[in-house]
Amino acid sequence: MNEGRKELFQLIIVVTGIIFLVKLFFIQIIDTRYAQLADSNAILRQPEYPVRGLITDRNGKLIVYNTPEYKLEVLLKDVKNFDSVKFCKVFAMSPEDLRKRFKEMKARKEFSPYKPTLFLDQLSTIDFARIQDYLDEFPGFYVLARTTRAYTSPALANALGYVSEISKRQLEDDKTRIYKQGDYIGQSGIEAFYEEQLRGTRGTRFKLRNVKGIIQGSVENGKYDTLSIPGQDLVTGIDLNLQLYGEFLMRGKAGSIVALEPATGEIMALVSGPSYDPNLLTGREYSSNFRLISSDSNKPLFNRPLMAQYRPGSIFKIAQAMTALQEGVITPDTRIRCDRTIIMCHGAHSNEDLRGAIANSCNPYFHSVLRRMLNKGKVNDPYQDTRIGLEEWNHHIMSFGFGKPLGIDLPNEKSGLIPSPTYYDGAYRGKPWKFSNIYSLAIGEGENLVVPIQMANFAATVANKGYYYTPHLVKAIGDDKKPLDQYLEKHYTTIDSAYFRIAADAMQEVVEAGTGQYRARLADVVVCGKTGTVENNPPLFDHSVFIAFAPRENPRIAISVYVEDAGQGGRAAASIASLMIEKYLFGQTKRPWIEQYVLIGNFEDVKN
Amino acid sequence: MREDNISGSLDWTTIGLYAAMVFLGWLNIYAVGYDENVGHSIFTLSLNSGRQLMFIAASVVIIFGIVILDMRFYDAFAYIIYGVILLALLAIPFIGKEVGGNKAWIGIGSFGGQPSELAKFATALAVAKYIGSVGFRMDNLRNQAVLFAIIGAPMMLILLQRDAGTAMVFSCFMVVFFREGMSPFLMIVGFCAAAIFILTLLVPNQWYLHGAIAIALVMLIAFGKKKVKRMVLLTLGAILVMGVIESVDYVITDVLKPHQQNRIKALINPDADPLGYGWNVTQSKIAIGSGGISGKGFLQGTQTKFDFVPEQSTDFIFCTIGEEEGWLGSVAIIALFTTLLLRIIYLAERQKNRFARVYAYGVGSIFFFHFAVNIGMTIGLFPVIGIPLPFFSYGGSSLWGFTILLFILLKIDAHRGQLLQRV
Repeated sequence: MNEGRKELFQLIIVVTGIIFLVKLFFIQIIDTRYAQLADSNAILRQPEYPVRGLITDRNGKLIVYNTPEYKLEVLLKDVKNFDSVKFCKVFAMSPEDLRKRFKEMKARKEFSPYKPTLFLDQLSTIDFARIQDYLDEFPGFYVLARTTRAYTSPALANALGYVSEISKRQLEDDKTRIYKQGDYIGQSGIEAFYEEQLRGTRGTRFKLRNVKGIIQGSVENGKYDTLSIPGQDLVTGIDLNLQLYGEFLMRGKAGSIVALEPATGEIMALVSGPSYDPNLLTGREYSSNFRLISSDSNKPLFNRPLMAQYRPGSIFKIAQAMTALQEGVITPDTRIRCDRTIIMCHGAHSNEDLRGAIANSCNPYFHSVLRRMLNKGKVNDPYQDTRIGLEEWNHHIMSFGFGKPLGIDLPNEKSGLIPSPTYYDGAYRGKPWKFSNIYSLAIGEGENLVVPIQMANFAATVANKGYYYTPHLVKAIGDDKKPLDQYLEKHYTTIDSAYFRIAADAMQEVVEAGTGQYRARLADVVVCGKTGTVENNPPLFDHSVFIAFAPRENPRIAISVYVEDAGQGGRAAASIASLMIEKYLFGQTKRPWIEQYVLIGNFEDVKN
Repeated sequence: MREDNISGSLDWTTIGLYAAMVFLGWLNIYAVGYDENVGHSIFTLSLNSGRQLMFIAASVVIIFGIVILDMRFYDAFAYIIYGVILLALLAIPFIGKEVGGNKAWIGIGSFGGQPSELAKFATALAVAKYIGSVGFRMDNLRNQAVLFAIIGAPMMLILLQRDAGTAMVFSCFMVVFFREGMSPFLMIVGFCAAAIFILTLLVPNQWYLHGAIAIALVMLIAFGKKKVKRMVLLTLGAILVMGVIESVDYVITDVLKPHQQNRIKALINPDADPLGYGWNVTQSKIAIGSGGISGKGFLQGTQTKFDFVPEQSTDFIFCTIGEEEGWLGSVAIIALFTTLLLRIIYLAERQKNRFARVYAYGVGSIFFFHFAVNIGMTIGLFPVIGIPLPFFSYGGSSLWGFTILLFILLKIDAHRGQLLQRV
């Protein structure tokens, strides 16, 4: 009766064993999910933030450095036995704040209890010291150390830009997948342009933790950990003293100063007025300050040296003169009567040669010069003739770096505008146009638009007698000690070098005997300059413009100054430019009356 | 003269398996409590492994005691031992202390003991004694009733201590009854009820099941013999099954306690609440599943060391083996158990008298139940039922209980020729 029951038992035992082995085979060998889950249980990936590169000036003075900052992250699945009363006490926050923070955190779309989420940001060293000892009592909360930007001076805010946490939009656009939520990224200025060089490489530490979330040590003695690699340091061409002096002079004014080293194209000063203190856009107060600064009606975030597009005014006459000489429509000795019937002029002069016309900024002279260039009589039709002439003119003028972004190492550089026939076709909507429609170009008014950095670059081109290096802020990156490749390339203009000598002569004359003689002249050095007074809508004063380089031989500085609503170029702009040149060449200024004149800023009081 | 020769007649194969399992269990208990920052040795008394070593030492003393005692003692004193253990179980609600939700401990000095662990061998002895007694007939209803009373009494007393897991162990004596000639009907009915129960939990809507049963009934009636009696029986059976299905929901929500409901829910879908009631099973599977083929190495299991699996040194000790020794280690352990179980059946079948054979089957079925349920729950094949893995789980009572079970069998087996003479 009981036959076979013994065998049945043996079968059941063996089958049970086999079922177990098969099931174990599946979960241990086939299904790799469990191994990953075990890792996510026991292994915590802690990012190690790299130190961002430092930024120094041309003399090695520190401009931007890093300061430690801590952030608190929470991994909600690890939070156990949370004592909210104690937490509030340790972190100095009210229970309402705590509740709000949890609510906000959970409301975020990307929130997951299995991912570390930012809980408190930008804790200072003092905050950290206070909470450090209590951290073990709050499993699931981790402090991450990183650094934030700090600035040695309130200078250069717009050129440096600022750093902030990567936005959601940027994170989505990031094709490299380098960034993670909560990472810092350069948002403007050098910080944005050199982001790749400055950011460094993030490291990761793998930590073991127990079921309570308490760290138990590293994984296999840190075998898989990667160390963070600091970002590359940047040496700029900025002369911090000169920069600070420029900002001091521009106080209370709107406009810009750009100073270049002609031999290299390095930017030595880049002043935008009005500006702001870069320290405001760092650390915990970033968001509130950013709102304040970005809504300021003076637009302190508008970086005028490269974003403001102005009509150049009379400084453009230098470019006109060289283009005309190159085209052979005048010689240095060509004299033209100062006929003020078509176009206004100023000062007492009547029949100047080129040098005199530049020194006195004679408008009728350049009106005639432009006519000779645009209407060469190559064809009989005056419209077609102007078209051909404008094409040739545009080609020369553009070669000075006008009418297109120069390609400096800052984002958002504007191009300005040098009109071409196509441009006027559009502007006149297909109606015919000829010289008489567009002669304002002659004196840098009309449709011309240039950017202050292009003006300074033009001054440097004249100083170099025919070529320029693209202006750039950073002269050395990291250990390479070299700027980016594109800044080592000479750009030649279409004008013969000989004509630059004539232009320089004329600019010397401007400072020594012409419109710039009162304020731009320096005792111990030959300064070449050109004033410009750009028409503004009354009752606003005209814009004051000055470009210059010095010394005449082996020039060390080329500069453009643009002061909005400040009247004639020979006053505000020429004063500031000459003070800057003096400061750079001699380390100090010896003309307190000019400095006072600039600082008081009543440029329209004296009629000149 | 025979007494002098006792060591020669003991089954050394079983003793070797026992020793290997106890030793491996001890190593794994050390691995669970291991903390590399502290670096205690395996002998440290403040660790579970140190205490387990003491329990092992005590087991050796117990083994000597069992072997030295005259084998007739177990036969003669079976009911007395059973009675004493029942009294101890009765006393627990009054003098016991609560550990881990179960009130199953009796304090003896600084050590606690669980009489329920000892009830297993006592009941096995009593069942063997009763079935082995002269005039016992398995098809006698009165005899059957007494048998069920013998296993029912400790079951009920242990259920009173809210230790359903241990109570369930006693149901495994059904296997013994089956071996001794009880009709398989009860076992088949029980198995079917369990299958329907699980099926009801797995199928979200019981109307699917009702539909399937109705279709099966129609098919059976349509294609079978058209006898009225058969048709009535089939219909009644179908109604009965449907009733079971309907009652499952009632049992789940109204009879089972919340933690028991959750254990069953965790088996069906552990991912529904991996941080709550699914935690044990989820973490247990993660630990075992992360072991791979050859495991992470002794003392290298992260889940083991950092306490991710609760009760890992006791009921979930198999996780340590799965994680640190991998699939190959698991194969070895399962092979050890399978070999031991087959060996016990071999020993049982070579007994010459009924008392010895019934006792041996009792031992085998108890070990099998523990082995199947314990490992089954750690790999998610069975609901979480808190019973230890014999010889591996940490704890004095369970180790002693299993040791006594096994060595009484070995003692009886050593004298199997003598028994023949006596009867």
